[in-house]
Amino acid sequence: MSGFELSGLTASFDGERVLGPLSLDVREGERVALVGKSGAGKSTLIKLIHDRVDGHASLVPQDLGLVNGLPVFHNVFMGQLDAHPAWYNTVTLVRPFRKDKEAVKSLLRELGMVDKFWTPAASLSGGQRQRVAVARAIYRNANLLLADEPISALDGPLAHLVMKALSQRFATSVIALHDVEIALAYATRIVGIQDGQIALDESSDRLSAADIMPLY
Amino acid sequence: MHLSPTLRISLLFLVIAIAALFFADIAITTANPWRDLGRFFLGVATPDFFSTEGLATALLRTVAFAFVGVALGSACGFLLSLIYRFYPVRIFCAFIRAIHELFWALIFLQFFGFHPLTGVLAIAIPYSGIFAKVYSEILDEADPGPARLLPPGTGIISTFLYTRIPDCWVQLRTYTAYRLECGLRSSAILGFVGLPTLGFYLETSFSQGLYSQAGAMLILFYVLIATIPLWVKPKLLPVYILGAPFFLGDGMPIVWGNVARFFTQDIIPAPLRDGEGLTELGAWFSDLMLTEALPGIWNTLLLTQIALVATGILTLLAFPLISNHFGGPIRRTSGHVFLVIARSTPEYILAYILLQLWGPSMLPAVVALALHNGGIIGHLIGRQTNTIQLRPDAPTGYRRYSWELVPRVYRSFLAFLFYRWEIIMRETAILGILGIYTLGFYVDSAIQQIRFDRAMVLILITALLNIGIDILGRYIRRKLALQTMPTC
Repeated sequence: MSGFELSGLTASFDGERVLGPLSLDVREGERVALVGKSGAGKSTLIKLIHDRVDGHASLVPQDLGLVNGLPVFHNVFMGQLDAHPAWYNTVTLVRPFRKDKEAVKSLLRELGMVDKFWTPAASLSGGQRQRVAVARAIYRNANLLLADEPISALDGPLAHLVMKALSQRFATSVIALHDVEIALAYATRIVGIQDGQIALDESSDRLSAADIMPLY
Repeated sequence: MHLSPTLRISLLFLVIAIAALFFADIAITTANPWRDLGRFFLGVATPDFFSTEGLATALLRTVAFAFVGVALGSACGFLLSLIYRFYPVRIFCAFIRAIHELFWALIFLQFFGFHPLTGVLAIAIPYSGIFAKVYSEILDEADPGPARLLPPGTGIISTFLYTRIPDCWVQLRTYTAYRLECGLRSSAILGFVGLPTLGFYLETSFSQGLYSQAGAMLILFYVLIATIPLWVKPKLLPVYILGAPFFLGDGMPIVWGNVARFFTQDIIPAPLRDGEGLTELGAWFSDLMLTEALPGIWNTLLLTQIALVATGILTLLAFPLISNHFGGPIRRTSGHVFLVIARSTPEYILAYILLQLWGPSMLPAVVALALHNGGIIGHLIGRQTNTIQLRPDAPTGYRRYSWELVPRVYRSFLAFLFYRWEIIMRETAILGILGIYTLGFYVDSAIQQIRFDRAMVLILITALLNIGIDILGRYIRRKLALQTMPTC
C-alpha cells in the first residue's frame, strides 16, 4: 500500500474540534506538501494518517522520537527492527554486523553525517537530530513517507540535500512544510490547511508562492 | 492562626515525638559512659591494622556477599519489574522488602545454618523487592515516543531493548551502584548474626575491649565505601560478579532434613503441631499478641517517631555544614567528612557501638538512627542548597539560614524524611536484636528459645507494620504534594 483514501478524519483536543471532518485521498506517486500556519492542524493530520494506515509508513514526527541513550547508528537501524529476529537485534545492540553498518554508513554519508556514526543522539545539535530521524525513515523503507517539518532546523543547502534524498527514496509522501518555496519545488500537490480544514488543494505546477500566502 | 500544611504536619510529628519521649526509656545505664566513649575514640585514632589476620578475610567476605547478593537481587528485581504492574507482584515485592536483611538471615540460619546461601539470600531477597519497585518506576519514565515509531511487527524484546533500556540506562546504573553501596553495609552487619563478614569481627573486638582493632575495621570499611568509584568500574564488574561466589567461604554444609523440618514442623504454631484444638490456638495467639507483639509494636512505634524527629532536627542542623552559603572551605570539608562518616556507618553498627558505651536503652538507638539518616538527608539537602542562587543583598548568618534557605528546601526535606520513615521503622525493629525492646527483641528471643512459630508470626507483624507505615508515608507525601527521587 502506498496511496490511501481516508475520510472522516477528525481530531478533538479538550473537547474542542481542532481538525476536520475532512477527507484526503493520496494516489501512488503523489508527493503532497501540507502547508498552513502553525496550529492549523498539519501535525494532527500527519499523526491521524499514521494511525489510519496502521503505522505502515516511514514517519518523521516533529519531536523526532530519537532514543537519546543510543548512538546514531542504532537510531537509524531501528527503522528495520522488524526485519530481524530478536537475537539479531540484541547482538546488534552490542556489536553491529558489517552489512548493517555499511548500509547505515552510506545513508549517513549522503546526509553529510557519517562522522557522527557512534555519537549518542543526546549530544547532537538540532539539525543533526533531524537528519538522524530522516535517515531512520529512509532506512525503514516503507512505501509511504509521512514527515512533519523534517527540515525546520536545517539551513539552505542541507534542507535541499534532505528534501532531495527524501524525494528520491519515496514516490509517495505527505510532508508538512513551513517553507513555501521548498514545498513548491519538491511537491507535486499542495494541500493548504486552515482552521482544521482543507482550504487549498491544487497541483503544485499550477500554483505560485503568492497563491499560498493567504493561508498564513 | 493560619499554619501551612507542611508546618502543621511537622508540628504534629514534633508533638507526637515529645509525647513518646515520656514513655520511652532513654537512660544512660553504664557507670562510665564518657570514659568508654573516650577510649573508643582513642581506639579509632590509633587503629591497629595488623592485629588479626581475620581482618582482610572479613573485608573480602563482606565484598563478596555484597556482590553476589546485590547481583542476584538486581537480576531478580529486574525480571519482577517487568511484571510489576500486576497487583499480586506488587504485594509480593512490598512484603519481601518489608522484612529486614537481618530477619531474613535469622530465618535462613535456622535451616541452612552457616552456609553462604544464608547470607546471599538474606541480601538478595529484600533487595529484589526494592529493585523491582525502583526499576519499574524508572522504566515507566522512559519516553514512549520512539516505540510508537517502530515498524509494525517489531518484537517486544527488540522494542524493549531499543526504546526503553537505553533511555533509562544511566538511571538504572546509578541506582544499582547506590544499592551496591547499601549492599556493602548490609553485608557488613550480617556478621552480627554470625556470618563471616565485618560485623562478626567488629563484635568480637568490641566485646573484648580491643578498640584499636575495632577502629581499624571501621576505618577500612569507610575507605572501602569511599573508594567505590575507584574500584568498581563497568569493565571490572563481570570479573567481580563471576568471581565473588568463590570468595564467600565454605561455611557449613546444608542439612536438608533441617530444611524440611523447619517448614513442616518448626514454623507451624505449637497448638496445631501438637494436634490441639482451635481454642488452644486462639489462646496461643492472644498470649503471643499480649506478651510480645503488642509491647514490641508499642516500643517500635515510640522509637520510630522519636528517631524520625531527631533525624529531622539533625538534618536541619547539619546541612549548613556543607552548604556553600555559609563558612569557608575548611568548615565545609570537615562537614563533608562528618556527613560521609555518619551516612556510611550502618545504623546497626552505630547503635551497637553506642549501646556498648551507654548501656541498653532507647537513647543509643535514637542517636544512631538520627546520625545515619540525618547524615544521608543532610547531605542531599546541603547539596540542594548549593544550586540555589541568592540575591546579592541577601541576609547572612542565621537570618540567611532561617529566611532564605530553610523555606526553600523545606518541602524536599520533608519528602526525604517521609521517604525514610519506613526505612527508619524497619531499622528500629531490627535494633531489638541488640536488646532494646522493639519487635526485633521478641523475634530474637523467640528464636533463642527455639520457638520459630512465634518468631515467624512476629516477623510477619513487623512486615505488616512496615507496609502500613510505607502506605501512610506515601499518603502524606501525596497529600502535601512532596516529590522525591528514589535514590535516598
